[in-house]
Amino acid sequence: MKEAEITVIGAGPAGLSAAIEAAKYGANVEIIDENALPGGQLFKQIHKFFGSKEHYAGTRGYDIGRKLLSEAENLKVVIKLNTVAFGVFDKNKIGLFDQKDILISKPKKIIIATGASENPLAFPGWTLPGVMGAGAVQTMINIHRVLPGKKVLMVGAGNVGLIVSYQLLQAGADVVAIVEAMPKIGGYFVHAAKVLRMGVPILTSHTIIEAKGEKEVESATIAALDQNWNLIKGSEKELDVDLICIAVGLKPEADLCRMLNCEFTYVPFLGGRIPLHNEDMETTIPGVYVAGDVSGVEEASVAIEEGRIAGISAAESLGYISEEESEKERMKCKNRLKAFRIGPFGSPRQEGKNKVFEEYKRRTKNVK
Amino acid sequence: MRIVDHPILGKIKERKKVFIEVDGKKIEAYEGEPIAAALLAAGIRVFRFTAKEKEPRGVFCAIGRCTDCIMTVDGIPNVRTCVTPVRDGMKIKTQVGLGKWEQK
Ligand SMILES: Cc1cc2nc3c(=O)[nH]c(=O)nc-3n(C[C@H](O)[C@H](O)[C@H](O)COP(=O)(O)OP(=O)(O)OC[C@H]3O[C@@H](n4cnc5c(N)ncnc54)[C@H](O)[C@@H]3O)c2cc1C
Ligand code: FES
Repeated sequence: MKEAEITVIGAGPAGLSAAIEAAKYGANVEIIDENALPGGQLFKQIHKFFGSKEHYAGTRGYDIGRKLLSEAENLKVVIKLNTVAFGVFDKNKIGLFDQKDILISKPKKIIIATGASENPLAFPGWTLPGVMGAGAVQTMINIHRVLPGKKVLMVGAGNVGLIVSYQLLQAGADVVAIVEAMPKIGGYFVHAAKVLRMGVPILTSHTIIEAKGEKEVESATIAALDQNWNLIKGSEKELDVDLICIAVGLKPEADLCRMLNCEFTYVPFLGGRIPLHNEDMETTIPGVYVAGDVSGVEEASVAIEEGRIAGISAAESLGYISEEESEKERMKCKNRLKAFRIGPFGSPRQEGKNKVFEEYKRRTKNVK
Repeated sequence: MRIVDHPILGKIKERKKVFIEVDGKKIEAYEGEPIAAALLAAGIRVFRFTAKEKEPRGVFCAIGRCTDCIMTVDGIPNVRTCVTPVRDGMKIKTQVGLGKWEQK
């Protein structure tokens, strides 16, 4: 088999879109994913997405995953599943392990689209069996069709906490309460309305203070917080639950960027430490691109557009597409991204991204 | 507990049934599913005990990142059960500490 010119790490919406775009212009592309299923987060998403038509609004997440996958397959993209990229060396040697052998891939360009990982939350009892990440619970109920508990406390009322709560109800569990430390619900109103309609209380300015149980979770203690985030004495309440879900945010899964010595910056609103990149999605290491949640935690629609941009940029740098044409194609994606990053949820993300782009310029100025 | 009927996903797909042994007890599993899913379905949530404090641990991330779910599988310790598929006749043991390699 011919050696791939571009290796994409991660087969989520960002990675698949990047591969599709680059392959469309004629590049020889492979995608690596450590999962048995391609699609990344999409396969866990059983709700209908919103956004615009270009972003498959109204389509359930797993259907978007299937569409992208068949498009990639039609373009002869090589998809290697059950294969983990464990490291990158000398700028372009990627170490892969396919459960049997260690392989080295030596592409000309690398697109890192590894997504994000869940933040943990430490409190007494947080290591007990029955305390799980919300994404972990989602994997169990929607992919493996197994319910890890019956009476649930959800910690966090952002979109992930709200959506997974609703999916737990759909799976037949009882969601006893959702606690949120902030004074207001973080996620979209439609998602909150869905769980409220089902009678699930969302307690803002509340947090979990302890998980109790002999060998596994048998109950949870919650309490109210005042304006200064101090516990209000006497407000403690014990809830009869056997599953505690943690949904307190995601952070970019950027280990491979770290190994490559990419430069980083800190943007809390995008999930913490973000690998610096320009508007064409290239990192401070030439020939290495990022796209999707790894370049700042946002949404699938954003991941798709960023993936497209990274794919076009990589194809351009290999000479498959002229600068003029690629600029034109990228502009379409960039305009859609701008339209997406407005409003109370979007504009802080645009500001965060601008900071990343500016920092990239500042730090690469002296080098180039 | 298995989610047999689901308002969006429909009825659970027919899959080949296999049997695995957990601490000497036979339990039912479905071909291709991760060990952790089969155990949770059977109501087993304690997978191991830590080396020093002997504290119980189970599934936390379900995607192979945290290593909380490791057990001894067919004599091999520290196997991440959330990303390891079941096989008929597999022998699984609750692990204590770092576990021990056992002769097969
Ligand atoms: C509960 C929930 C609800 C959501 N709802 C919406 C919504 O309504 N609308 C919307 O637009 N977005 C939604 N999102 C967000 C969306 O799913 C993500 O933003 C999107 O999936 C990010 O895409 P990605 O390609 O960057 O990463 P991912 O989808 O996370 O894919 C990354 C892939 O990389 C693989 N990988 C990582 N590291 C390695 C490695 N070292 N080697 C090999 N493979 C690796 C992973 O296995 C994974 O498959 C939701 C997310 C969640 C959790
Ligand atoms: S639960 Fe985290 S590695 Fe298995």
